Amino acid sequence: MADDLELRFERTVQADARIEPRDWMPDGYRKTLIRQIAQHAHSEIIGMQPEGNWISRAPSLRRKAILLAKVQDEAGHGLYLYSATETLGADREDLTLKLIEGRQKYSSIFNYPTLTFADVGVIGWLVDGAAICNQVPLCRTSYGPYARAMIRICKEESFHQRQGYELLMTMMRGTQQQRDMVQDSVNRWWWPALMMFGPPDSESTNTEQSMAWRIKRDTNDELRQKFVNMSVPQAEALGVTFPDPELRWNEERGQYDFGQPDWDEFWQVVKGGGVCNAQRIAHRRKAHEDGAWVREAAAAHAQKQAQKQAVKEGAA
Amino acid sequence: MSTSWPLWEVFVRGKRGLNHVHVGSLHAPDAEMALRNARDVYTRRNEGVSIWVVPAAAITASSPDEKDPFFAPAGDKVYRHPTFYSIPEDVPHL
Repeated sequence: MADDLELRFERTVQADARIEPRDWMPDGYRKTLIRQIAQHAHSEIIGMQPEGNWISRAPSLRRKAILLAKVQDEAGHGLYLYSATETLGADREDLTLKLIEGRQKYSSIFNYPTLTFADVGVIGWLVDGAAICNQVPLCRTSYGPYARAMIRICKEESFHQRQGYELLMTMMRGTQQQRDMVQDSVNRWWWPALMMFGPPDSESTNTEQSMAWRIKRDTNDELRQKFVNMSVPQAEALGVTFPDPELRWNEERGQYDFGQPDWDEFWQVVKGGGVCNAQRIAHRRKAHEDGAWVREAAAAHAQKQAQKQAVKEGAA
Repeated sequence: MSTSWPLWEVFVRGKRGLNHVHVGSLHAPDAEMALRNARDVYTRRNEGVSIWVVPAAAITASSPDEKDPFFAPAGDKVYRHPTFYSIPEDVPHL
């Protein structure tokens, strides 16, 4: 019987059909998905902080409205993804606790600080650009609710990337000081953006099984290469350079050659040693704890209303 | 005391003339808040003209494990499809 179920699961995955919430699935598949989707959801929620930092100091009402909408989208993306984990039997409260107790991770990119307003533009262009590269193939991931959440997210990310690039174009048309600010920001974010694709394939422990289950559709290195190829002409159009002396077009490969990020730094940030790790988690914890009375009051109100309704119906 | 709010499934009608379609779920203390939250989470870009929220616990679903037997009654009734019937090609409007 178990073999039969496993066979059906394998066949569904091999046929590129979707696994749906109540289907039988191997424990490892369920666990891997919960880990990956929760990590993704946490990234969206923590990702509100670096840019949220600039909402009150946006240089115009237009930029402020855009930034607010973008940060609100990140909250929405987190919620679509938490909703997908719940179809696998995960508990929302439990996931929140795991995040604020440091038992589950989020993307390391959000542990870098946003020092200038140019960072808002560069995050939109490069960080969301890298996220799009990662996420577009996930629209075809084997788990139905995750794939559907990714389709919604990808549609919205396009706005994020374009607003960032437009912001940078505006700054590049400004003063020399503004152009320098953009270049400085690009210098700081380029390597962390490349790290967003994860460690090199040779060191990635999860890739092989995830590819077999069709949770992941491309390897880390494939996606990183794609991102570099896409970004170079965009940088040229903008008038900035990437801080990589090894970056050059390789005629033979038909792709750009590029240097490797500092993987020691990557692992250090993953393990909690980044500039903002402690601050990000402390902020999330405070928001959760400060919101407790709201959650309790709303639940108490709902209960009271339900009781009143029951009494009314009993009397009638 | 656990203050975890119940789970609601959200259905959105994209525009007049279309069915409500399931788009995801969310937590809310009551139906009214579920509607408001659904508006903010699932229709930030005019994706809908009408929203239903349904307590997730109120949904009864068929079991995927009995997929084949459950839908078997329809499986062998090819005569329910128009293509089952052969009609001469020169007969119009049929």
